[in-house]
Amino acid sequence: MLLIRCPYCGDRAEIEFANGGEAHIARPADPMTQTDEEWAQYLYMRDNPKGLIAERWRHAHGCNRFFNALRDTRTDRFVTTYEMGQPRPEIDAAAAAEAAR
Amino acid sequence: MSDTMQLARSGFTLATAADRRRFVLQARPGTLDAAARALGLAEAPAMLATASGGAVTALRLGPQEILLLLDPAGAGDSLAALRTGLDAVAHSLVEVSDRQVGLDLSGALVEPALASLTSIDVALPAFPVGMATRTLLGKADGVLWRTGPEQFRLEIWRSFAPYISGLLDEAARDAAF
Amino acid sequence: MSQAFRVPGRGRVDSARTVSFTFDGRRFQGLAGDTLASALLANGHHLMGRSFKYHRPRGAVSAGSDEPNALVAVGSGPALQTPNLRATQVELYEGLAAVSQNRFPCLQFDFGAVNTLAAPLLPAGFYYKTFMWPRGFWDKVYEPVIRRAAGLGVAPTAPDPDHYAFQYAHCDVLVAGAGPAGLAAALAAGRSGARVILADETAEAGGSLLSDRTSRIDGRPAALWVADILAELAALPNVRVLTRCTAFNYGPHNMVALNQRLTEHLADPAPGMPRERLWQVRAKEVVLAAGALERPLVFEGNDRPGVMLASAARTYLNRYGVACGKRAVIVTADDSAYRVALDLHDAGVTVTAIADLRPAPDSALVRAAQGAGLTVLPGTTIQRAHGSTRVHSVELARLLPDGSVGRGQRWRTDLVLMSGGYTPSVHLFSQSRGKLVFDEELGVYVPGEPADRTRSSGACRGVYRLADVLADGAAAGAAAAAAAGLAAVQAPSWSVDVADEPGRGGYVGALPRRGKGLLAMAFVDFQNDVTAKDVKLAVREGFQSIEHIKRYTTTGMATDQGKMSNVNALGIAADALGRPVEKVGLTTFRPPFTPVTFGAFASHARGDLFDPDRRTPIDSWARAHGAVFEDVSLWRRARYFPRGSEDMEAAVRRECLAVRGGVGIFDASTLGKIEIVGPDAATFMNRMYVNAWTKLGVGKCRYGLMCRENGFVYDDGVVGRIAQDRFHVTTTTGGAPGVLAMMEDYLQTEWPELDVWLTSTTEEWAVIALQGPKAREVLAPLVDGLDISAGALPHMSLAEGTIGGVPMRLFRVSFTGELGFEINVPARHGRAVWEAIWDAGQAAGITPYGTETMHVLRAEKGYIIVGQETDGTATPDDAGCGWAVSKAKADFVGKRSLALPAMQAPDRKQLVGLLTEAPWEVLEEGAQLVARPDEAIPMRTLGHVSSSYFSATLGRSIALAMVAGGRAREGETLYVPMEGRTIAVTVTKPVFYDVEGARLNV
Repeated sequence: MLLIRCPYCGDRAEIEFANGGEAHIARPADPMTQTDEEWAQYLYMRDNPKGLIAERWRHAHGCNRFFNALRDTRTDRFVTTYEMGQPRPEIDAAAAAEAAR
Repeated sequence: MSDTMQLARSGFTLATAADRRRFVLQARPGTLDAAARALGLAEAPAMLATASGGAVTALRLGPQEILLLLDPAGAGDSLAALRTGLDAVAHSLVEVSDRQVGLDLSGALVEPALASLTSIDVALPAFPVGMATRTLLGKADGVLWRTGPEQFRLEIWRSFAPYISGLLDEAARDAAF
Repeated sequence: MSQAFRVPGRGRVDSARTVSFTFDGRRFQGLAGDTLASALLANGHHLMGRSFKYHRPRGAVSAGSDEPNALVAVGSGPALQTPNLRATQVELYEGLAAVSQNRFPCLQFDFGAVNTLAAPLLPAGFYYKTFMWPRGFWDKVYEPVIRRAAGLGVAPTAPDPDHYAFQYAHCDVLVAGAGPAGLAAALAAGRSGARVILADETAEAGGSLLSDRTSRIDGRPAALWVADILAELAALPNVRVLTRCTAFNYGPHNMVALNQRLTEHLADPAPGMPRERLWQVRAKEVVLAAGALERPLVFEGNDRPGVMLASAARTYLNRYGVACGKRAVIVTADDSAYRVALDLHDAGVTVTAIADLRPAPDSALVRAAQGAGLTVLPGTTIQRAHGSTRVHSVELARLLPDGSVGRGQRWRTDLVLMSGGYTPSVHLFSQSRGKLVFDEELGVYVPGEPADRTRSSGACRGVYRLADVLADGAAAGAAAAAAAGLAAVQAPSWSVDVADEPGRGGYVGALPRRGKGLLAMAFVDFQNDVTAKDVKLAVREGFQSIEHIKRYTTTGMATDQGKMSNVNALGIAADALGRPVEKVGLTTFRPPFTPVTFGAFASHARGDLFDPDRRTPIDSWARAHGAVFEDVSLWRRARYFPRGSEDMEAAVRRECLAVRGGVGIFDASTLGKIEIVGPDAATFMNRMYVNAWTKLGVGKCRYGLMCRENGFVYDDGVVGRIAQDRFHVTTTTGGAPGVLAMMEDYLQTEWPELDVWLTSTTEEWAVIALQGPKAREVLAPLVDGLDISAGALPHMSLAEGTIGGVPMRLFRVSFTGELGFEINVPARHGRAVWEAIWDAGQAAGITPYGTETMHVLRAEKGYIIVGQETDGTATPDDAGCGWAVSKAKADFVGKRSLALPAMQAPDRKQLVGLLTEAPWEVLEEGAQLVARPDEAIPMRTLGHVSSSYFSATLGRSIALAMVAGGRAREGETLYVPMEGRTIAVTVTKPVFYDVEGARLNV
């Protein structure tokens, strides 16, 4: 069971969380101006990288807040978690290598 | 129904807590501080902490969420003060007195019994007196609040009470071995 | 022959306490402290089981959890017999009853053993190749026969009467294994003040030291040193020592699962004692001290009872006081077997010969053996062990300088001890994703760079000399504590006065043999009956990857997970492939390390505590009034209230007519409720729901429909506006958590600027639905003067007030099509208010009804149920709710998707009604609809029946269906193909009763 650092509650077991899929995909401000292609892109297309992913989690059985996390999909190692609304943090090579280990 | 529950084992007792009026107060963090002052507290408790004063106990369950437990006798005054203090400030105050029930747990086996239900470390250094948080108790949500070295209060939704107390009863039985 | 092989004065068993037990019904005696295996061996009884495929007679080959052969069933009866336990781990207690497995009629003589004669016909892959044809024979003939013939124990058939404990635990340092390295690590970490858990799978901490009569630590015998360390650990309040507790799974982020056996060793466990406890331990740091396993040698007849690991014989002798035979032949590639030879010699066992595979073994230990007069044969291998249910002789042969094998010589023996060197136990390390590296010098895989916060110490990383093991364990324990944040302390150190160097030799693969040995069976995997030839055959047939070879031959796939066999299988495969071992790679180590009972995994989650069983405040009344219940998500809901001998059909007809003709009362408390509060509440509602909310007045209600962003219906429910900034939202019973989560998602991640907050109030309110033309006359006198007349409280409005002094939110809403009210009161008052209404309604013939009647009444009106009419691919328009979708709003969740061309295609499945020709014919829900009854198969289905009932009100059946282009088909005849017949139906509007809604607005 993963150990996930909620930015508000600290380290908690994965069982308290719900994954919310890829992060930093903003809902278009005016969806009706989107072409069908653009809308489909927003709605369905996700990166699914082998490596670092920025993803959303909700502390569903805790403080009930959504937050973002950087996780390496190969190792399940978290680099960091951060509050909603903050930009994806820049990760130095050493931290990325550590996450990939 | 769960309105009154009572369990006793060696090293573990469970009893329905004294009745409280309960409110979920949600607002921006600054507003929560203002609310705390209106209720006679110095400031809103920090995340996972509690603050008490007069008829009021406040449990900080989320950055924008406080669970208020009010002594029924002083609840009217507290609510009036709160409404005055938050007049024209965006917030949400919703009564949940009947949504949940309080269970008081005590005894030397409370820690191991709880450790059967929650993945949180409930040892005293990791979960000190006064700490409160929502967590998963078995398969049901609940608020866990440490009220003493060997005392915890659970605030759980009404319909989960038989399940959670049933689990605790078995866990306390097992913890003796 | 009572314990004839017991060696007086040896072992840690209690010679004063005799213990009686039975094996296959025969009575035996052992001593307190014995395992089943050691007690049987003390009685000279080696035969303990029959093998999986060939039914070969087998005895214990090891003395621990790596035992592949001696699997037994313990206990009796359909619930209490536990199969597949390793006799080497089953602790003896008075009255223990064990039976052998996979034999008929008995262990000594087993019909299935003819499989051995047929062995040349049963190579690897035999089943895959042979039973392909005819296809239909597999299920009915081949598989049942094969399953009966091949197998392990029999699973219990009755419910498990035991219970199992479960516990999360948190520590700074978890030490897995309490041998010398683990004890040293635990002490080093414990002295620093770290929270330490030390777990060992055996009954007694000490590991190899309990079998060591030679080594002295700080001048004390090893066993006494163990006692000293355990005493100090016991005195440290921050250290917990768990014995009979196996670390079986190393999960992500240092979560390690332990299985602790609490009652299995007790004749008479205390009442209420759990049988096992599953621990989920989150450790800041882990120290693995899992030790090493001795490797067997692969030669013909290596599975004969009486052929054992050398270290096992030492353990039986020194820990249990049992000589495994009278005349031993030892075959080894490692020095450690010489220590075994000396111990046996010392105990009076004749050591006939020590055949050493190495050409010129030379060390202090070898010289000591020679000095004791033992015959050492350098450069000698074993060709074959002879015997059936017990080995009686072996053939030893010289290994010639050219690599060939010389002529064999027969040696009489009743005990063959083999040592192929040691394999570090890297299972847990590998489960933790750590990379293994091949150690050239030792010729085995050892832990490399760890992936998690873990340290391997001692033999499990190839450190074997006792002095080194202790130092390694202490260093690991101290380092782990420091890494966990504790202040560094000096690691303890000890002096050891024995210089044995075990584990420096070794042999991997099958032993060389003279001649082709076409019929020779040299076992690699004892438990799955895989021979060296099987592995070679797999390579010949083209398998290159060790993972494929494993699956084709099943080597390493038995319950022991190949603890003994994997490295030898790898060696044989590497040899056949012509590649070095380290180029072939290892198969994956999978949890569990040893089998774990299902009961331990289930722990408390069984019976009433499997899931929360949620009940409403009115549940007790329903029970008292004979309700039949159904589960709806986690809730228990009253389905109908039968009177007398009524069945469901009769009860539902009566309840339906009572509501339409008078008044019915229904417990709607399980409806999800969310209070949405804040200055931006209406804005938020506008974005979340397809409906428009801005103009909904305070005190008014509206049916709300919610889509997901993909445009498909997600949930629905009535919403009331309590105040300008406060909405009382209801959801479906099962949908409540999902709706709240989706709302929070949008609020927190897309529109955090909105000043609005959500609170679940599902359980705050008990909800009593009062429905029917007489509802008002029943309710009016109870509501403390509140005006609920049609003028003051019209359909789709709400009022706050009191009922008998209890605060109330009163909704004038209907899910039946009749005049209706939903009375919301605080949950604690739910039953009292219900009873007050019940009493007041007696004169009007008030009738309680359940979910089944609710379903019929709403279907008569064509009201959908989300999840029944809709399935996650229906738009609001498909479901007949296009009217609810606001045209004026610029945006709401799902709006853009609804504008996609495909969402407006005329042939989308749409909600319609169906009427059968025969009024009594009730269609089956889920039945498919086709255009023509004689269409060729496969027919093109146009849709399906989503709801179907008999309507007592209409005196005929009705159905709702989702049909392609359905609304344009009104009046058409479609067909429902059923088994043996086809039912014609007419497509209608989906509203069957009071189409204009006159009964609502009264």
